[in-house]
Amino acid sequence: MDEAMWAFGRVSGFVSLALFTASVLLGILNRSGRPLLVLPRFSISLLHRNIALLATVFLGLHVGSLLLDSFAKLNPVDIVVPFLGSFQPFWQGLGTAALDLVLAVVVTGLLRHRIGQRSFKAVHWLSYGIWPVAMAHALGNGTDVSRGWFLLLAAASAVAVAAALLWRLSPSFLETSHARQGNLP
Amino acid sequence: MTTHLHIDWTSCDGRGLCTELLPGVLDRDDWGYPLARGKSGRERTDVPLRDADREAAHEAVRLCPKLALSLWDGEKPEPGRRRPGQ
Ligand code: HEM
Ligand code: SF4
Repeated sequence: MDEAMWAFGRVSGFVSLALFTASVLLGILNRSGRPLLVLPRFSISLLHRNIALLATVFLGLHVGSLLLDSFAKLNPVDIVVPFLGSFQPFWQGLGTAALDLVLAVVVTGLLRHRIGQRSFKAVHWLSYGIWPVAMAHALGNGTDVSRGWFLLLAAASAVAVAAALLWRLSPSFLETSHARQGNLP
Repeated sequence: MTTHLHIDWTSCDGRGLCTELLPGVLDRDDWGYPLARGKSGRERTDVPLRDADREAAHEAVRLCPKLALSLWDGEKPEPGRRRPGQ
């Protein structure tokens, strides 16, 4: 039973991280205001939200299963307060920090209409912090780091996120940048 | 009583989700901003909707990335109905 929980805890962690990577990429694409291939803008917006929610569900499974596992020795406190754990407190603490950030971003995302655009956006910037923290947690805390496939996936994700960030910062990021820089369309 | 789609121009950033969801009602100008088809004056900001467009308009209000859209019924929007940009 414990073995199964441990295995499930790891798998759900990977799935969650992969989905958060996808969510960050879709968030940036969403912000650019561009449609993608056959997907209209509103679909990208919905996809961004739904993948973020799915990633959060897997994050819940990840933490929940490790809570039930005796090897990880997780305390309920470790889920909320970072850096107190008995097993690799620093790397595990990064996971806790990422969880707290995710909860903040998701709750304010769902209540966007209630709390207003300014508060939503102020909290949503944290999402750029979530990804590196979660990735560092996976690399530092995980027991699969030595495996080739995981490193390959981690490297590919890092390249994708870095490329998306560079694009986000580039002057031609917005769909309408060209027209708004004073050029005739 | 007609439902109107209000566009808050101080919030709108011309991202074009509303023009996708309401192609028959809204066109897009060269900078991406929504332009009410065949409307002039105030009706470009408070666009009267046909019943058939109400559901799509609801979606647009929900999905607008800048929360720039709102719906109101009747002749005049109630004051304090929303807090733009907040
Ligand atoms: C219920 C959950 C969520 C909702 C409803 C949501 C909604 C949105 C919306 C509407 C935007 C566009 C904002 C704008 O155009 O100004 C956006 C952007 C973005 N989102 Fe989310 N989001 C959610 C969760 C997440 C999560 C969990 C992450 C990351 C782990 C994330 C990462 C991003 C990123 C990176 C951007 C681009 C921000 C920018 O560069 O301006 N989102 N999201
Ligand atoms: S969806 Fe919102 S921000 Fe985008 S063009 Fe329409 S009103 Fe403006």
